[in-house]
Amino acid sequence: MSASDYLSVALLITGAVFFLAGTVGLLRFPDLYTRLHALTKADNVGLGLMIAGLALQAESWAVVGKLLLIWGLVLLAGAGVAHLIASGALKQGVRPWKK
Amino acid sequence: MEKVTLLIMLFDLLLGLGLLWLAWQLLESRNLFKAVVLFVAFGLLMALAWVRLDAPDVALAEAAIGAGLTGALLMAALAKLPSRDKSEPLADEKGHWLLRLALLLVAAGLGYVVHSLPESAPGLSAEIANNLASSGVNNPVTAVLLNFRGYDTLLELMVLMLALLGVWSLGIERSTREEPVGPVLTTLVQFLTPLLILVAAYLLWAGADAPGGAFQAGAVLAAAMVLLLLAGWPLQGLLTGVALRLMLVAGPATFVALAGLTLLDAQLLAYPPQHAGKLILLLEVAATLSIAVTLAALFLGYRPRTNKEPG
Amino acid sequence: MDMLYLGVAFFLLLNLLAGLWRVLRGPSAADRMLASQLFGTTAVAILLLLAERFATPALRDVALLFALLAAVTAVAFVRRIGSSHERQ
Repeated sequence: MSASDYLSVALLITGAVFFLAGTVGLLRFPDLYTRLHALTKADNVGLGLMIAGLALQAESWAVVGKLLLIWGLVLLAGAGVAHLIASGALKQGVRPWKK
Repeated sequence: MEKVTLLIMLFDLLLGLGLLWLAWQLLESRNLFKAVVLFVAFGLLMALAWVRLDAPDVALAEAAIGAGLTGALLMAALAKLPSRDKSEPLADEKGHWLLRLALLLVAAGLGYVVHSLPESAPGLSAEIANNLASSGVNNPVTAVLLNFRGYDTLLELMVLMLALLGVWSLGIERSTREEPVGPVLTTLVQFLTPLLILVAAYLLWAGADAPGGAFQAGAVLAAAMVLLLLAGWPLQGLLTGVALRLMLVAGPATFVALAGLTLLDAQLLAYPPQHAGKLILLLEVAATLSIAVTLAALFLGYRPRTNKEPG
Repeated sequence: MDMLYLGVAFFLLLNLLAGLWRVLRGPSAADRMLASQLFGTTAVAILLLLAERFATPALRDVALLFALLAAVTAVAFVRRIGSSHERQ
């Protein structure tokens, strides 16, 4: 295995840890607004790390470009949708959680 | 090597069990919104299953229709339903034992059919590979869909038309009040729409050599229109009357015209090999347009008002 | 590497199925919608891993479609249903 392979392994495994954190957040956070973090933070970073790991193994720059496009789109959709869901819920009167 | 096979088997097993469990949950759900979300998740897993079954063409179609349109279509339909008390039973409980018996019979029949399938069938892939050179395209799936069995695709386009006729018979546009669109949604739609159109064109073009084609491209284009409609663009006002109808029939009409011409010449939808590639491209472009407009019109859920009809 | 791609894909599939609990549980419609949005991201990652493992570039196109269309269902939810369908 070459150095870039080791880096890929590290990135993929770190990415998987972020996905796990996202799932735990989705299941354990107390209300809708905190759970939005799982979508817009943990999973998007996890996907970014995985895409970085996969880009190191990609056979051409075109593939790297497609991978980055996919990540950009997921970020855009995640951020936009999280905002829409949150503001919709706030308007409907779903109260944020307080300790 | 041994471990890899085991891991693939575990992945497939988990995917299959997950699908069955999801199907059960979504059919059992009394909460329609929950059922819709579960159905969207089901489509996601189904696309993964098609990938594992080595059918990337179907996975693409499932992704385009399942992820983009089915969810939006079901949400829009749900919004039109009058809200219902949750405790109310969905249907007449008394008839249920008969339904279960019928389902059991169907399941037994399906089991018998699967059991009686030959262990290994040669299929037609060798024959298709032999004739691919004369089909005009390099992707065997596109060759089957638009050349060797073009009439299947022609009839599929007709089925879509019939579905839209059914929806249109329900009535014309009613005025609905919508909330104002915020800047985030506007920006999101402005980013996504050109990309969706670009990807639709890419899928259409790629269909000649790789997974892709008219249905996938049409579904992506329809998703763009649905997004625009949701973001308050008055598409239904722009596309009315003759223009709309022309776009709706472009695909089927091109197909029928070509079928007629080929019938005069030799045989139904048997293209001369030297022109096959161009003819398939023409059919795909027309079909993409019709599929996209039909799906978007289905999402609208009513017949758009023509200019002559009073408001 | 082969083993790792598959291992991570399997792990992500487990994550996805665990997340279904949130869809089943709710409590609000927005919660269910959010969870299904999360599945989209996970499915994109699984598809990209499988594309690399089985050397099938077409799977990247499937992932691209999921990424592009992820917003459509959610926008339909926000614009047509909102959280009014079931309150928290």
